[in-house]
Amino acid sequence: MGLLDRISGFILSLFGKKHVRIGIYGPPNAGKTTLANRIAKDWTGEIVGEVSEIPHETRKIQKKDKVIIKNGKSSLTIDIIDTPGIATKIDFHDFMEYGLVEEEAKKRAKEATEGVIEAIKWLDNVDGVILLMDSTKNPFTQVNITILGNLEARELPFIIVANKIDLDGSTPATLKSAFPKHDVIPISALEGINMDLLYETMVRKFGKRK
Amino acid sequence: MSFIAQEKLNNLNSEEKLKFILKEVKKGHILVLESGLSSEEQAKLIEMTMEDINDGFVGIEMESYMEEKKGFWQKFFGKRNRMTIVGPADKLKTIYRDKEVIKTIIKAG
Repeated sequence: MGLLDRISGFILSLFGKKHVRIGIYGPPNAGKTTLANRIAKDWTGEIVGEVSEIPHETRKIQKKDKVIIKNGKSSLTIDIIDTPGIATKIDFHDFMEYGLVEEEAKKRAKEATEGVIEAIKWLDNVDGVILLMDSTKNPFTQVNITILGNLEARELPFIIVANKIDLDGSTPATLKSAFPKHDVIPISALEGINMDLLYETMVRKFGKRK
Repeated sequence: MSFIAQEKLNNLNSEEKLKFILKEVKKGHILVLESGLSSEEQAKLIEMTMEDINDGFVGIEMESYMEEKKGFWQKFFGKRNRMTIVGPADKLKTIYRDKEVIKTIIKAG
């Protein structure tokens, strides 16, 4: 390591982290890929992956490296990790209700199970997490509880994001009261509502020195 | 439905415990675990469940209460245990839950 690297490493250790790997976690169809795309598009003009109404559209980890988020004079470089939705059950019949034929539905179910395993394993490789919840749904799901418990146990910094506030029936206040000890940011990833607040929170939370 | 006493699971290590649970659930049993599972064990159980899903086994329904942040004494003496309910997804269905209440229905096999 050169002298310059050592000096810059020392400065970073004083003032916080500047490059972190952030995983977007949550149940299927909470809008993880939409959020990953929104963040990537806002700062790089490119997207991370395709979205769909069919659950488990994202069945493999998708990444966008070196996205620089700015908040005033502060900035943070993040690698965005868009993870498959975590579920405790996957029934191929559910996919057939979206018009998939049996063979396709079974293939999708198999890939979805592998995606859940991959997403859980990736918890070992991230520096911070955005736990994405659907603000139109009850937040007390086992998936949310399990992910939250793991983040606390691993002492990973995380932000709870209440997505879909543009929809009727959205109650972000319910999420805030459900998790009063944590940062809960209400957004619409689809419409780009409140993204500035999210970016500000990301820079503050994930840029902190451990 | 089987109520599993804390002593039964205390005699097993984490992997043995999860294998026992999954084996029972795949037999169609619904388990109420007195000592509950930690968050890490729950994540591992989801992983193991995903490895076993096939046409005849669609997964699990699992419900537990949030672990409260550990205080000094809990850290010192070990984590607090919470109750966990786990069963096959085609037999157990959660109809309501909040911070303190879990309501489920059990379908006849």
